[in-house]
Amino acid sequence: AKFEPYKVEYPGKIEEVTLGATRAEGGTREVTITVGGERSLAFYTFDAEMPHLPVIAIDVFDRRPMLAKAVREHYEDVLDDPAEWARKAVREFGADLVTLHLISTDPLLDDRPASEAAKTVEEVLQAVKVPLIIGGSGNKEKDPEVLEKAAEVAEGERVMLASATLDMDWERIGNAAKKYGHVVLSWTQMDINNQKTLNRYLLKRVGLPRDSLIMDPTTAALGYGLDYAFTNMERIRISGLRGDQDLNFPISSGTTNAWGAREAWMKDSPIEEDTPWGPRELRGPIWEIVTGLTLALAGVDIFMMMHPGAVAVLKEIINTLAG
Amino acid sequence: MKVKSPLEIYRYLPQTNCGECGYDTCMSFAAQIIERTVKPTDCPPLVKEAEKNPKVKKKLEELIEITSPEVKEVIIGKGDKAVKIGGEDVLHRHELTFFNPTALFYDVWDTLDDKEIDERCSKVVEYRKFYVGEFLTLDGIAVRCTSNDPKRFREVVKRVAGYGKPMILVSLNPECMRAALEEVAEERPLIYAATEDNWREFLELALEFKVPVVVRSKDLNKLKSLAVTFKEAGVEDIVLDPVTEPVGEGLKGTFERVIQLRRTAILGEDKDVAYPIMITPIAAWALEADEVSKAYWETVIASIFIVKYGDVMILHCLEPYAIMPIVTLRYNIYTDPRTPVQVEPGLREINNPSPDDPVFITTNFALTYYTVESDLTSGNIKGWLLVLDTEGLGVEVSVAGGQFTAAKVKDLIKETKIEEKVNHRYLIIPGLAARLQGAIEDETGWKVLVGPMDSGRIKGWLEQHWPPKEK
Ligand code: B12
Ligand code: SF4
Repeated sequence: AKFEPYKVEYPGKIEEVTLGATRAEGGTREVTITVGGERSLAFYTFDAEMPHLPVIAIDVFDRRPMLAKAVREHYEDVLDDPAEWARKAVREFGADLVTLHLISTDPLLDDRPASEAAKTVEEVLQAVKVPLIIGGSGNKEKDPEVLEKAAEVAEGERVMLASATLDMDWERIGNAAKKYGHVVLSWTQMDINNQKTLNRYLLKRVGLPRDSLIMDPTTAALGYGLDYAFTNMERIRISGLRGDQDLNFPISSGTTNAWGAREAWMKDSPIEEDTPWGPRELRGPIWEIVTGLTLALAGVDIFMMMHPGAVAVLKEIINTLAG
Repeated sequence: MKVKSPLEIYRYLPQTNCGECGYDTCMSFAAQIIERTVKPTDCPPLVKEAEKNPKVKKKLEELIEITSPEVKEVIIGKGDKAVKIGGEDVLHRHELTFFNPTALFYDVWDTLDDKEIDERCSKVVEYRKFYVGEFLTLDGIAVRCTSNDPKRFREVVKRVAGYGKPMILVSLNPECMRAALEEVAEERPLIYAATEDNWREFLELALEFKVPVVVRSKDLNKLKSLAVTFKEAGVEDIVLDPVTEPVGEGLKGTFERVIQLRRTAILGEDKDVAYPIMITPIAAWALEADEVSKAYWETVIASIFIVKYGDVMILHCLEPYAIMPIVTLRYNIYTDPRTPVQVEPGLREINNPSPDDPVFITTNFALTYYTVESDLTSGNIKGWLLVLDTEGLGVEVSVAGGQFTAAKVKDLIKETKIEEKVNHRYLIIPGLAARLQGAIEDETGWKVLVGPMDSGRIKGWLEQHWPPKEK
């Protein structure tokens, strides 16, 4: 009997978005990164070619964050120096991009002024030659100002501003991106309709070009809502491929969230009847890997991660499945 | 399932609304068939009538046919330990739900000595990981014939059968397989595997011993041919193994074969490949690498195919760090996306509390509730736990979405009569619900204490804050 594979073709295509700009393009990056361009589900290369592989960004913070021990020990020597931290992420751990989180600007932490935080952006731009993602502190009032300033000092470098959300001044962030030639990360909380709404605001009201938007529909860790995150992203991707012009953008995932799961960091199970969990140095990385790989299958294009071992394994998975 | 509307099913039912099935009307029974919570044979009048009347019998058979899942369901093992695989209807869980979680079988082999076999079997049987109110466990044992000696294989299979778990018998040698089946066919093991070379003998074995069988080939034309041959010869319970290759091009090819098989079964309606799919992550152990790398890679392969259509798997690594992500992922992918997993709202007494002990409040999202409950119980904390009906949502989500409100807390305090059970008026709320502090105090007249963000820190927090200092 002959096996006739059932063919699936989608009418839509995910937008291609390029991060970073070389000297010729008005920036100072040595490499640029393009994501998106898919016409099929992730790794279904038998349906359509995957023009760009998913990439991995490593998180860097401008002040000491709370980190699980298994993660922290890899960064112990650079925790107080974001530029060194970025360099290490690229050189030693193979980061395709670096995400600089300006958490020191949080009014509840150091309340560092935006203009000072911008200096760290310049330092990191000097330190590495890969494209940059710049994140705020998550403070809805202050982030617009912080990201605006960052956008200004990074003019021409085509960074990604992370992030615009519905409950903050997304317009200001969108305008900053437009003015200085950057990309916006449109972040919503596990709600496909909100994602459509925010994307539409950024595209229509701000007038952001279609090649300058990436979405973060929210990542929940394995065992802590991954089912929702997976299905939300898978639905968004399928809608995009079917031609929904509000949703056909590359997807980014805060995969580091996996370290929030107690299975990743706790010494052992708090439940007496459980089979002992085994060494946590081995549990944490695999928790981050499995969270990432599940979402890779849903269509994620950019993974923000931390553990170098997890980064290496997820890279290998991506390279293998993309072929 | 071919039918999409209860109306199409209703036509086949007695339409008497007798209620014997447990539903008030035939129409609601029909709706349950669509949801796959009941089967046509759960309508007693219909079954009774079919026994007498050949016409009704034909109708019932038709109904079964049009309501059966797209992918054949196969049962391995017998009794209440049996495991169902396949039976899927959709390619993406949001289109309905996935039904039968990937069955996980761990290997033992017959050149191990008996003590080692017992050790591995016990690990499989005893493994448990608490998660949202249940213990996640492993499904069965795959016994591999590495001795190529029928006598030894038979002996080992018998030994393993003593553990009462469903089994997969692994040998390409028909003589070894026959010896094992003579011993344990009754237990309905899955036999692995019929190939291009041995299929005649395996077909005979499957028919003679009435056991489910895996057909195996990398070439999908050949795989389909094998399935057709077995089906035509009268074997119903078939599992497809498109061969798991562990790395590189091979793994990529495996991914493609698995997706093509399932997509063609469901969208292409090709019944000849509409069978459960076997994946063997154990193939990772053939690689040259250290133990941890192999265990990691095995977990990776298993995870890929838990997300994408693997119905039954043979694995090797029994280290908890490798098992835990696999069983958790399986649970996540196979939970029904139509309903959040939730628990009964109300009052729970933790560790026999006294009237002086603290009162906590949490939500009825199963993940939240069980995390909190287990932190309190295992921390030996005595207390009263109010469980608020947030429609199955976690703390932060329900606070943001308006299912966790001061008014509802007030109602819950009333309903549970907690005011009669304790002699204080202090309520400890989750740190993530801090913004409701004032509102709850105003609404209930209780004093509200904001607890830590993570319930795992309640113990330490209590040492500082309980009993409350100011009155
Ligand atoms: C999964 C998830 C969802 C799922 C919810 C599934 C469900 N059944 O709950 C879905 C997709 C439905 C969802 C929807 C929304 N979500 Co949501 N979601 C999440 C996510 C990813 C995980 C939440 C979770 O399940 N955590 C695990 C459980 C176990 O945690 P928990 O309930 O809080 O319990 C812990 C603690 O609270 C504490 N605890 C619990 N009880 C008690 C009791 C006491 C006494 C103490 C001391 C402690 C304590 O210990 C527990 C264990 O650590 C988070 C982001 C994140 N990564 O955390 C966002 C998040 C919670 N969601 C958010 C939002 C905004 C929403 C929406 C409003 C989005 C929208 N605009 O539609 C909707 C709301 C829907 C509604 N209510 O109608 C925001 C909330 C922001 C805020 N602080 O207000 C978050 C934080 C995302 C973000 N970073 O912005 N979401
Ligand atoms: S038992 Fe059968 S006839 Fe009676 S109500 Fe249920 S479906 Fe209808």
